[in-house]
Amino acid sequence: MNQKYLPLIATIIIFIVSYAVCAAQYPNILSTRVVGNLLTDNAFLGIAAVGMTFVILSGGIDLSIGSVIAFTGIFLAVMLESTSIHPLAAFALVLVITTLFGAIMGAIIHYLEMPAFIVTLAGMFLARGMAFVLSIDSIPIKHPFYATMKSFYYKLPGGGRITLIGGLMVLVFAIGILLAQRTRFGTNVYALGGGAQTSALMGVPVGRTTVLIYGLSGFLAGLSGIVYSLYTSAGYSLATVGVELDAIAAVVIGGTLLTGGAGFVGGTLVGVLIQGLIQTYITFDGSLSSWWTKILIGALLFAFILMQKAILLLSRQNKRYS
Amino acid sequence: MLNNTNDILTAVGIVKTFPGAVALDKVNFSLRRGEVHALLGENGAGKSTLIKCMTGAYRRDAGTLTLDGTEIDPHDTLDAQKLGIGTVYQEVNLLGNLSVAENLFLGRQPRRFGLVQTGEMKKRANALLAQYGIDINVSAALDSFSVAIQQVVAIARAVDLSGKVLILDEPTASLDAQEVEMLFRIVRDLKARGLGIVFITHFLEQVYDLADRITVLRNGQLVGTRETASLPRRELVTMMLGHELQSAEKAVAAAETSSGPVQFRFSNYGKAGTIKPFDLDVRKGEVVGIAGLLGSGRTETAELLFGVHKADSGTAEIGGKPANLSSPRAAIAARFGFCPEDRKVDGIIGELSVRENIALALQARRGWARPLSAAEQNALADRYIKALDIRTSDREKPIRLLSGGNQQKAILARWLATNPEFLILDEPTRGIDVGAHAEIIRLIGELCAQGMSLIVISSELEELVAYSSRVIVLRDRAHVAELTGSEITTEHIVNAIAAAPGAGEHP
Repeated sequence: MNQKYLPLIATIIIFIVSYAVCAAQYPNILSTRVVGNLLTDNAFLGIAAVGMTFVILSGGIDLSIGSVIAFTGIFLAVMLESTSIHPLAAFALVLVITTLFGAIMGAIIHYLEMPAFIVTLAGMFLARGMAFVLSIDSIPIKHPFYATMKSFYYKLPGGGRITLIGGLMVLVFAIGILLAQRTRFGTNVYALGGGAQTSALMGVPVGRTTVLIYGLSGFLAGLSGIVYSLYTSAGYSLATVGVELDAIAAVVIGGTLLTGGAGFVGGTLVGVLIQGLIQTYITFDGSLSSWWTKILIGALLFAFILMQKAILLLSRQNKRYS
Repeated sequence: MLNNTNDILTAVGIVKTFPGAVALDKVNFSLRRGEVHALLGENGAGKSTLIKCMTGAYRRDAGTLTLDGTEIDPHDTLDAQKLGIGTVYQEVNLLGNLSVAENLFLGRQPRRFGLVQTGEMKKRANALLAQYGIDINVSAALDSFSVAIQQVVAIARAVDLSGKVLILDEPTASLDAQEVEMLFRIVRDLKARGLGIVFITHFLEQVYDLADRITVLRNGQLVGTRETASLPRRELVTMMLGHELQSAEKAVAAAETSSGPVQFRFSNYGKAGTIKPFDLDVRKGEVVGIAGLLGSGRTETAELLFGVHKADSGTAEIGGKPANLSSPRAAIAARFGFCPEDRKVDGIIGELSVRENIALALQARRGWARPLSAAEQNALADRYIKALDIRTSDREKPIRLLSGGNQQKAILARWLATNPEFLILDEPTRGIDVGAHAEIIRLIGELCAQGMSLIVISSELEELVAYSSRVIVLRDRAHVAELTGSEITTEHIVNAIAAAPGAGEHP
């Protein structure tokens, strides 16, 4: 058995076991409605987490995601309220802006040799600030096109719905997996996580790859912002504070090494679903405080970090005695 | 010899200077097709500088480089690789987290419609490694294999990418005997395929086992290129260590073979994988020299004695009583001192002042609860600056601004301030100018006259002959000979270093 799959398998087992535990207590949790909602409710987090997976795989971090999502939401709300531009054009425009935003951060990280933590922290403040400049109010989006888009869904047997945004998240994950596993760009991302200097010596275009990684993360944060505005039908500059941390948690619970170089995009989907499942369970229970989500996520994160350390130690020992 | 059509790579008159030092001084080097060419020299001889000039890691200042008849000027290692020069380093420069196949084909994975064809890539990787007689799971992470296998993967990649010249920079340093055998089999195969191979190592055994020709560098200059078959070991060692053997002998009988009681006794002291167990007795006021080539276990011996590495066999006694030397702290408590070989890395703390650097070890021994007062530190610093004649404008100057010789003296002062009874000096005269050199040697004499016991490690054989009352010779990580009294001559030392294990072996 290939050792690199261990964390992924552990995550999947945890998900299945916790789903079984939830189902034993509340059989309704198995209904397709719950499954459909799980996808819809976590769509924006999932899409942003795909970008975060690439960033973390390359050994970096992107703290700007939450702010970029909020910026996208308020940008769309303001544009649709005060201009007659079609939402699709506004989507395209905002995606260009957020992609460029990410790519510029990537360029700064690479060419000025700055730590990703600092650069994206600055990006976080900048994006949040720009959101405030656009508006400090919560602006509803009443464009008829939004209603049209929300009316698209695939009806599952049992009354569940795969909404447009839920489906989009699954599609983004599928493309993300393909990109990571089957393209040269994907291998280069893993290579950077294994060691930037060695990668450069082996001919990996480090600069281009870094810019592309953060550009991709910016693009997906923008897409996530669009999804969030569809989900809430509003834009608010104080929304999605701390979503970048939820995304990081999903990536790590999904089995990706926080130091980079090892992990899977598919694992992040399971990580997002585990978070969503805990939230759903608390909703079903009705008496628990929603802070229990955070406590459980915290415990899970800690367990995963310990497990990664243990696997690392084990693999070292195996090598010694092989 | 130049323009020989059989030459695949020739370097003529290569010059490389760094601020304050000439690293390569008009060095010539030629490599033939189907040849293993060993490049030898002690630390600082210029081997790695020459390699880096040939692989584009450094830009040379002068000289020409000809590959396969055309002049080349690689501007980085990737460029050199494209031209045909591949390099494999001691620490494998591949990505452990990627699979073997990905490492072999990084950046040139077979694709269809933009997607990597993993099946095809695995097939090619298997075929490539089969040429080297290796059959492994190429989709497993590179990290999951032994260093030897990783080394072969690195060679396979380098040869596949470049295919004319292969440079092996100490590839065997961390391999065991069997693995070395496997590697050598592969190198011989590549040689038969017509590649030119440059081989750098510290193990003379391996040189005689594998190399067709040998080039020796010393202090940035070419000493000579010779056919291995006609170069006796002894002559090779002489070439490496220099000194046309003016047969320095003990001038002064003054180094009266100390007959005092043994103060420090190490019996069967050793550590598996680092240095074979040895016996070493050091008397009070005695200088014991340690000679050997780079990589023979000199520094390892010193670090073992000082507790940097913990011995896993044998005992240490001081004045007849068992002593605990399990860590540098314990060794310092037992009044040991150690000036390491690379003062820039292990010795000085560049940003701190001369005073702070001198006071460091004494303060460490006193512990943080009993700080040295400013007045005490000043007095200490002034005393040693004067006593050792450390040239500095004042004691608060950051030590990195001092010359090498003065830094060395400051480190010496650091240990003298702790009043050691047993002082280990690893290459105390490396990289310092002639004047400072003489002073350090004079100091060594004085210290031992004061009753201190010293162990001095040096590549400068005349130096060892001049001050040692005994010389221990190391080879292949073992103590192989001990010379005393009139036996101590450069000639005897060279003979002991060069002696082949198992007599009667051809040169």
